[in-house]
Amino acid sequence: MATFPEFIAQNEERDGVRFSWNVWPSSRLEATRMVVPVASLFTPLKERPELPPIQYEPVLCSRVTCRAVLNPLCQVDYRAKLWACNFCYQRNQFPPTYAGISDVNQPAELLPQFSTIEYVVQRGPLMPLVFLYVVDTCMEDEDLQALKESLQMSLSLLPPTALVGLITFGRMIQVHELGCEGISKSYVFRGTKDLNAKQLQEMLGLTKPTAAQAGRGPQAPQAPLSNRFLQPVQKIDMNLTDLLGELQRDPWPVTQGKRPLRSLGSAMSIAVGLLECTFPNTGARIMTFIGGPATQGPGMVVGDELKAPIRSWHDIEKDNAKFMKKGTKHYEALASRASTNGHIIDIYACALDQTGLLEMKCCSNHTGGYMVMADSFTTSLFKQTFQRVFTKDVSGAFKMAFAGTLEIKTSREIKISGAIGPCVSLNAKGPCVSENEIGTGGTSQWKICGLDHNTTLAVYFEVVNQHNAPIPQGGRGAVQYVTQYQHSSGQKRIRVTTTARNWADAGTQIQSIAASFDQEASAILMARLAVYRAETEEGPDVLRWLDRQLIRLCQKFGDYHKDDPNSFRFSETFSLYPQFMFHLRRSPFLQVFNNSPDESSYYRHQFMRQDLTQSLIMIQPILYAYSFNGPPECVSTVVCSGPALLSVQISTVDFNTLQTDSVVHISLKRPVLLDSSSILPDRILLMDTFFQILIYHGETVSQWRKAGYQELPEYENFRHLLQAPVDDAQEILHSRFPMPRYIDTEHGGSQARFLLSKVNPSQTHNNMYAWGQESGAPILTDDVSLQVFMDHLKKLAVSSAA
Amino acid sequence: SETGLCRDTNLGKDTKTILQHGRSPRTQWPPSFLNGRSLEPPRLFLCVSKTGVPSVLQIQVIEDDRANKSSEPFTTGVKGQTPPLVTTNFQVKDQGNASPRFIRCTAYNIPCTADMAKQSQVPLAAVIKPLAMLPPDETRPYIVDHGEAGPIRCNRCKAYMCPYMQFIEGGRRFQCGFCSCLTDVPPHYFQHLDHSGKRVDCCDRPELSLGSYEFVATVDYCKNNKLPQPPSFIFFIDVSYNAVKSGMVNIVCQELKTLLDYLPRENPEADSVVRVGFVTYNKVLHFYNVKSSLAQPQMMVVSDVSDMFLPLLDGFLVNVNDSRMVIESLLDQIPEMFADTRETETVFGPVIQAGLEALKAADCAGKLFLFHSSLPIAEAPGKLKNREDKKLVGTDKEKSLFQPQSGFYSNLSKECVAQGCCVDLFLFPNQYVDVATLGVVPVSTGGSVYKYTYFQAEVDRERFLNDLRRDVQKPMGFDAVMRVRTSTGIRATDFFGSFFMSNTTDVELAGLDCDKTVTVEFRHDDKLSEDTGALMQCAVLYTSCSGQRRLRVHNMAVNCCSQLADLYRNCETDTIINFFSKYAYRSLLNTPTKTVRDTLVNQCAQILACYRKNCASPSSAGQLILPECMKLLPVYLNCVLKSDVLQPGADVSVDDRAYLRQLLSCMDVSESHVFFYPRLLPLVKLDGGSLPMAVRNSEERLSKGGVYLLETGLHLFLWVGANAQQELLSNIFGTPTFSQIDPNLTSLPELDNPFSQRLREIINSFRSQRSRYMKLMVVKQEDKAELIFKHFLCEDKSASGGASYVDFLCHMHKEIRQLLS
Repeated sequence: MATFPEFIAQNEERDGVRFSWNVWPSSRLEATRMVVPVASLFTPLKERPELPPIQYEPVLCSRVTCRAVLNPLCQVDYRAKLWACNFCYQRNQFPPTYAGISDVNQPAELLPQFSTIEYVVQRGPLMPLVFLYVVDTCMEDEDLQALKESLQMSLSLLPPTALVGLITFGRMIQVHELGCEGISKSYVFRGTKDLNAKQLQEMLGLTKPTAAQAGRGPQAPQAPLSNRFLQPVQKIDMNLTDLLGELQRDPWPVTQGKRPLRSLGSAMSIAVGLLECTFPNTGARIMTFIGGPATQGPGMVVGDELKAPIRSWHDIEKDNAKFMKKGTKHYEALASRASTNGHIIDIYACALDQTGLLEMKCCSNHTGGYMVMADSFTTSLFKQTFQRVFTKDVSGAFKMAFAGTLEIKTSREIKISGAIGPCVSLNAKGPCVSENEIGTGGTSQWKICGLDHNTTLAVYFEVVNQHNAPIPQGGRGAVQYVTQYQHSSGQKRIRVTTTARNWADAGTQIQSIAASFDQEASAILMARLAVYRAETEEGPDVLRWLDRQLIRLCQKFGDYHKDDPNSFRFSETFSLYPQFMFHLRRSPFLQVFNNSPDESSYYRHQFMRQDLTQSLIMIQPILYAYSFNGPPECVSTVVCSGPALLSVQISTVDFNTLQTDSVVHISLKRPVLLDSSSILPDRILLMDTFFQILIYHGETVSQWRKAGYQELPEYENFRHLLQAPVDDAQEILHSRFPMPRYIDTEHGGSQARFLLSKVNPSQTHNNMYAWGQESGAPILTDDVSLQVFMDHLKKLAVSSAA
Repeated sequence: SETGLCRDTNLGKDTKTILQHGRSPRTQWPPSFLNGRSLEPPRLFLCVSKTGVPSVLQIQVIEDDRANKSSEPFTTGVKGQTPPLVTTNFQVKDQGNASPRFIRCTAYNIPCTADMAKQSQVPLAAVIKPLAMLPPDETRPYIVDHGEAGPIRCNRCKAYMCPYMQFIEGGRRFQCGFCSCLTDVPPHYFQHLDHSGKRVDCCDRPELSLGSYEFVATVDYCKNNKLPQPPSFIFFIDVSYNAVKSGMVNIVCQELKTLLDYLPRENPEADSVVRVGFVTYNKVLHFYNVKSSLAQPQMMVVSDVSDMFLPLLDGFLVNVNDSRMVIESLLDQIPEMFADTRETETVFGPVIQAGLEALKAADCAGKLFLFHSSLPIAEAPGKLKNREDKKLVGTDKEKSLFQPQSGFYSNLSKECVAQGCCVDLFLFPNQYVDVATLGVVPVSTGGSVYKYTYFQAEVDRERFLNDLRRDVQKPMGFDAVMRVRTSTGIRATDFFGSFFMSNTTDVELAGLDCDKTVTVEFRHDDKLSEDTGALMQCAVLYTSCSGQRRLRVHNMAVNCCSQLADLYRNCETDTIINFFSKYAYRSLLNTPTKTVRDTLVNQCAQILACYRKNCASPSSAGQLILPECMKLLPVYLNCVLKSDVLQPGADVSVDDRAYLRQLLSCMDVSESHVFFYPRLLPLVKLDGGSLPMAVRNSEERLSKGGVYLLETGLHLFLWVGANAQQELLSNIFGTPTFSQIDPNLTSLPELDNPFSQRLREIINSFRSQRSRYMKLMVVKQEDKAELIFKHFLCEDKSASGGASYVDFLCHMHKEIRQLLS
């Protein structure tokens, strides 16, 4: 039997699933005592290039309330051509097409290696992809020019049959008719008014697709649906390129001391309405590009007087953000309309100030859309990120998928409490649905309008088996994830993942349960819960809740003598967990200090949709060090055993020793502790926080650099040293979505604050022991260090009073 | 004498029509004259020559006036003199009073007291055409600049400097001729007086020596104390199914391409500074961006018509020369784009709102040209329903047909006037469009309504295009305010025309063109003195088409009299009729038509009875005695009473009547003259420069062997007698045969003979005199179309029950006798 880490890695690789526990406590009572609930991180479209889609449709359990998909865990009677559903135990006849089935001739879905399998639905027409650009024109010419170029570029990345549309807005909103010859036409709307779908339909003269077109049934591939506003790229490529080229800054005058009137809320409403009328239940992306906040009409987040600044966290706490509630309501209504129809809303916000992401976040969060935040459309951050939206996989298909639904089926012993991620509930009640809601609960189905290979949902379960109802020997708890989505080829596909875990009696087999703990997954699952709560609850309450959970976990699984903090030991499977919690408490997901409401919304948005690896980076950034050689640095991970683990062997190169004739090698990059002690003068540090890639030149290195040594041929090695982190950063920059902010700073640089705010403040102005020594940089903060945090944790965990 | 004319040496020329007892075939009175009266047949009838005396007079009066007054220039220096008739060609020399081309009064000797005025019942009114075009041989008003402080004015009544200001104290102060207040002369305007007390520079300054002149207005005279922007013209073209199908859209777009080069300008050499914008619409509006930098125009559709707004700012109003390429491309494309439209519904209110918003956004005044086809029934503000109900005609509820359907357009016109947004409406209806309501905004903003019922491109193209060309090119002022000041004793109390008034004195005109008149009625509020006479000053503040703020001032002095005879001797019947008709047409809004007609008859009877009683020498009661100046009053009055508005025939639609009613409200005297009494010319010898003498409008006067030209001011008819001489026909039509004449001709063939040339010349000269192009209809005797023609023979009994002239005269006489007894 493989070790648990191997088992976890293998499961994640194959199914995109990671459970908090890989052996499940067999009763409700015991499960609640585990502190961390049975839950999974599930990546529905985990990239599986080697997994061939199957060109037939899944076989379903015939029980109406079950409808589970035939899977490798099902018992099959090959002679009787029967299979037993492993969820409801219903015995089902195989369909006629499976007549030739035998134990040597099994269909793929019965083979264990196909615990995740993808079917292509053959029925129904191929749906076109729809991309609707919603473009702000209230911005500086330079920005607009850059945005226009990006948009024109994006046309070449779209499949020729994809339908595109263009809505521009400023004070007014223009819905552009495409493919007009001789004269360009657009429908103009006032930005102060909200139109419902029916009004819009009348005003744009739209007709819904007829029943025949929308209906099911075998049909010959037909010409893709289109209308005047949404037309195939291949047809209007040139036209749209010209149209974008002619796009001008909003011509309405903006008087001194005012913001431009930006009808963002109405524009988005019109975009949603347009698609609602024309392509309901078809995959579509509304891509919104904004250069500032909505300043008029429904969804406005700030007035047009410049003297009244946009709301801050302080205003919100004081209940002083007068547009927030109304604005949020508007965008929530839009998000709900869009998600009902399977449409995605992306927001690309490029401005130095806030743009109202706080109010608009639900548009992206509920529809699986992207939220991108940058300073300007001229930045590579925006350009690269936007370009990366259209990345294709090896088969040449977009990595994005549309209009997905996720349905989860469970064995009788567990039920679904809810999900947290970029999804909305489909309100599908059923036997698998628990009454205890966590996140978006009360349903076994969710809509995920936009998905990509990284989109990850946290799904929480509740063990419902009663203590006195023993589970039969060898019984396993099974979970089946059925994801239906529109592939970017237009096909409808169904991906089915069936997975199972062993039960264990916590009374007798607590060790095996503890050994099955996946601390990384658990940390993220708990973090999602905390962030989910933070959206509605007061910050300190959430932190207190998080602390209490951590203490309880320590009490339950730690090894200690009562009231003796020094005796506390945590087994290896739990050892990293407290550290994750420490960094989570400090993270921008739970701390709003120093972040604008928009930034908080942006960070939370990313955190709630990324997969486990990325999420871990977000909680606990990675720090690499680059320096001239010496003995390789020993890096140990933090375990809860005291200060020893913080000590790292340091090697330094004296400034004086850096001479032409000395043979100095660049050491490979070494991961170092995310600790202030890692900040040394002769080092270059590379920090990846997911959102930022930061290169920090230590004091000495930066002096060398300023002196220009890298220019000299004899100091080529120094040039290499400078180059190494840049190359590594580029690698990350190239693969990450959204593209991180790239920061190049040095000792004393203002941007160094990004680094200083992330590292564990082991040395501060409060504990002076490190002053004057070359053992790191003191951080001017009152925050507690990890060490103090751990000391407190141990004290509380072992306390008999707790 | 045979004409029944006799002289009364005491009272100047009088007309005595002798009415004697006797029997006549014409004793059947038109029923309308019997209202509530004795059914006893009247015992009076005209016992004069068979041709009927009075009609000879009509022609005679015009001919006499022409003969006596066209040779000498009419000088305005003499107070109280009646100008030549509008039918007479004459030259005017401004010597201190406004030319009759600018102002015509009903009376040039006005009674000193209110009692006297009341007794005579002669209306005291002036028909003012402030921006009238002058013939080439008369100089247009000079422009005077009084510098930064603005025009010199009386301190109290604010009258502008004029020849009636009396300078005193060696020229240091002047006394106002209107209110007698003393005002210091500003140092920069000081000038010494000569021995007669006149300023030395009197003759060099137009404002001291002329009746009409213009001041350059300063920033104080501008809205928001900001010098105005040049005005803009916005063209709104209905592109619904009917508009496209009739060919209108095509014609308008074609024509605009050339017409845009003829936008009004002050300096003929320079380019016009008027900016233009284009909108098409059916039940939604399409705005066009025609910015010069664009490769092709952009269309912006506004379908949210419930809450109109301007979708673009930059590129909507453009300079024609800068954007010529884009505009031409647009005008080429519009007919194509909508060629296959199936949209039949239109909006109207939002269209005007859009224009208003555009002018507001551009912060300028301007004119909207609307080319509209149908009743606006699409869901939008100002939506109308078909309320035409012929059953109401003739009842007390008839007035409701002339009232607008809702208050929406009245409110809208208020906003338009505030912005200086003048609306011209070109209608192309195939059915009822509710002109009464659609016309509200044009009428209140100084605009015009043109109507081309059952428009057909081939037939009506000429008329429409000529109207359009003239309408676009004609000199006009924008965002105007007119104020009439009078000397103490009389006061302007009522105003008629296309304008808006928010108080009792200021006439606000979003637009004022050279054809528009404002009629002002005066009443006494005190005694006037024979020594000083009465003064009036009409000042119009406006923005010129080049964007300059100006003040045009017209001064008029008239005599005051204490003898009724003086009043009757210095009246002008054409102007009185102009006033009466405007008064009557306006009364239709509130009063049943019959009451309006009765009131008119009654007032005229009183005027004539008063004369008979106070001025004429005693004579037998059977004699109808008319003052020399008013001898045509009855014939013209009959024409007013018989007009389509006051007494419609069965084929006259409510829209037609509403249209004519609005049209008349701003007609000048020469237009109303021919409108009520059309000109009928026998086409016999057409040699030399003179016109053949007109004949009376009666069928009796038409000879079967002749061809006649009839001009109504709106139409031209060429009536061809069934036995017309072959030579005549050949000369005119190129065919000697009556039956070969095409009754559908709209223009005469260009034949190379002097007769044809001269006839076409005459037609062209008639057309050039009128503000609207007159379509030519060829009417063959005894053809169906002859009915329409006969309708204009106003001395005959009309099909709708209008009295013949002779019958009416008898009736009038009876009324007068009743008043006298």
